[in-house]
Amino acid sequence: MIRLRGVHKAFGEKVVLKGFDLDVPRGATVALIGASGAGKSVVLKHIVGLLAADRGSVAVDGREVAELDQEALYALRRRVGYVFQFAALFDSMTLVHNVEMGLRRVPGLSRRDIRRRAAECLELVDLEGLGDRYPAEISGGQRKRAGIARAIATRPRYLLYDEPTTGLDPVTTTVIGRLILRLREEIGATGLVVTHDLGTAYEVADSMAFLHDGRVRAHDAPGEIRISGDPVVRSFIEGAPELMETLA
Amino acid sequence: MPGKTLDFVGATGRAALRFAGTVGEWGVLMQDTIRGLRAVRIWRHLVFEQMMRIGVASVPIALFIAAFTGIVLALQASYTFTGAVPVYLVGSLVGKTMIIELGPVLTGLALAGRVGASIAAELGTMRVTEQIDALETMAYDPAAYLVLPRVLAGAVMFPAVTLLASALGIVAGWLTAIQLLEMSTPEFVRGLETFFVPFDVVFSVIKSFSFGLTVTSLGCFFGFRTRGGAAGVGRAATSAVVASSMVILVFDAFWAAVLL
Ligand SMILES: Nc1ncnc2c1ncn2[C@@H]1O[C@H](COP(=O)(O)OP(=O)(O)OP(=O)(O)O)[C@@H](O)[C@H]1O
Ligand SMILES: [Mg+2]
Repeated sequence: MIRLRGVHKAFGEKVVLKGFDLDVPRGATVALIGASGAGKSVVLKHIVGLLAADRGSVAVDGREVAELDQEALYALRRRVGYVFQFAALFDSMTLVHNVEMGLRRVPGLSRRDIRRRAAECLELVDLEGLGDRYPAEISGGQRKRAGIARAIATRPRYLLYDEPTTGLDPVTTTVIGRLILRLREEIGATGLVVTHDLGTAYEVADSMAFLHDGRVRAHDAPGEIRISGDPVVRSFIEGAPELMETLA
Repeated sequence: MPGKTLDFVGATGRAALRFAGTVGEWGVLMQDTIRGLRAVRIWRHLVFEQMMRIGVASVPIALFIAAFTGIVLALQASYTFTGAVPVYLVGSLVGKTMIIELGPVLTGLALAGRVGASIAAELGTMRVTEQIDALETMAYDPAAYLVLPRVLAGAVMFPAVTLLASALGIVAGWLTAIQLLEMSTPEFVRGLETFFVPFDVVFSVIKSFSFGLTVTSLGCFFGFRTRGGAAGVGRAATSAVVASSMVILVFDAFWAAVLL
């Protein structure tokens, strides 16, 4: 499981997280929602050790991420698939090669296995036939899906999705939502899905955590969040800034 | 006035600290790179491609510079020596200068522009588009995957390109001497041989080796610490070129002081 406790993080003067707590239990999928710039991507980066907390604890499978040596950190990262907000595909490589990158770090896989698994993953996100293209030669939505294919290739135990559906058309959004559910069934991955897209959040998540002002303001089942009485939460899910203003 | 002086001292101190900090960060990256040597499986396949990009692709510019340098050396030597010194010394001057100074330094500076800027821009773009983060999340050590192949390729290819450039410079000097200066080939060769010692070549290799490490490692360093989009990538490329050029000149003086 993933457990964050009292995480503080500032970039220079700018304080982003101020006592952030979140549990993602084994096998569950948690959606992390919150306004743009609230620090959702920053939270994900702490979990794989791309950022280090100023204070507080970030633990995966009971081990403190900040205390892992390089070997153990890479072992952790092999267990985690990370879907970047802007895909972050390696632009000097074809899509297949992008997907194969993670697989090459898995001990005991033959070249043939690697190629087969990469093809399967591209198929799973409906990109079969585009494997020989470079990231610059495909659309933004296709890049996003390629990023998902790359993240799931190693069948990680944890999947961190940073805005998997932002900027996609409604149909693809639904497809990605179902894909997240299906991956959860198939590889039993524990998921943390960062999104502003409430539809996807309601669909895929067992619970939703709302990040506001550096902390988790509310963490509850989607049904409860939907009918939350908290004006801050209401303001966000209804897209109504007026509600926030009445608060201030 | 004392206030002004204090301001100046303070500003100088802060700049010095910042500089020391930057050198320290470079040191950390180099330490990671050396540690990355162990991950042979990660970088093994990548060195050859970098050798082509850093070395082979730089040959034309290096040869172009060397050819003109050789011509100018011959002409200016003959102009300087008129009457006073035996003319065969033109050969000595061209040979000696090409091998121990201008070959390595001009090649180093040209490649600082070509190779240093391109490495910094490439890795800088990877940094700001989170490709380096992506590598990390896929359990690749970026120092082993990105830095090591470039630094190794630079360490091998800078000396190779430099030797080639020095040789061509000497040939250009020789052609100039026999075509324009009414020297004979035996005279030129006599000049070449008179002051030549094999150590000159070793000296040239040591210098260009250090320049190769400098340009590639600083290119990687400034690329890695890039921030802030396209403008940041531009700044990284500029910093890499300026810093490597300065370090090359410092190393140049250093090796002359230590080894000659
Ligand atoms: N490496 C960094 N250096 C400096 N500031 C950063 C860095 N990463 C994030 N920030 C700042 O932290 C804040 C939160 O950023 P983050 O990317 O986590 O937001 P987000 O919730 O993911 O927003 P969005 O929904 O728009 O992606 C922003 O103000 C951002 O400027
Ligand atoms: Mg984000």
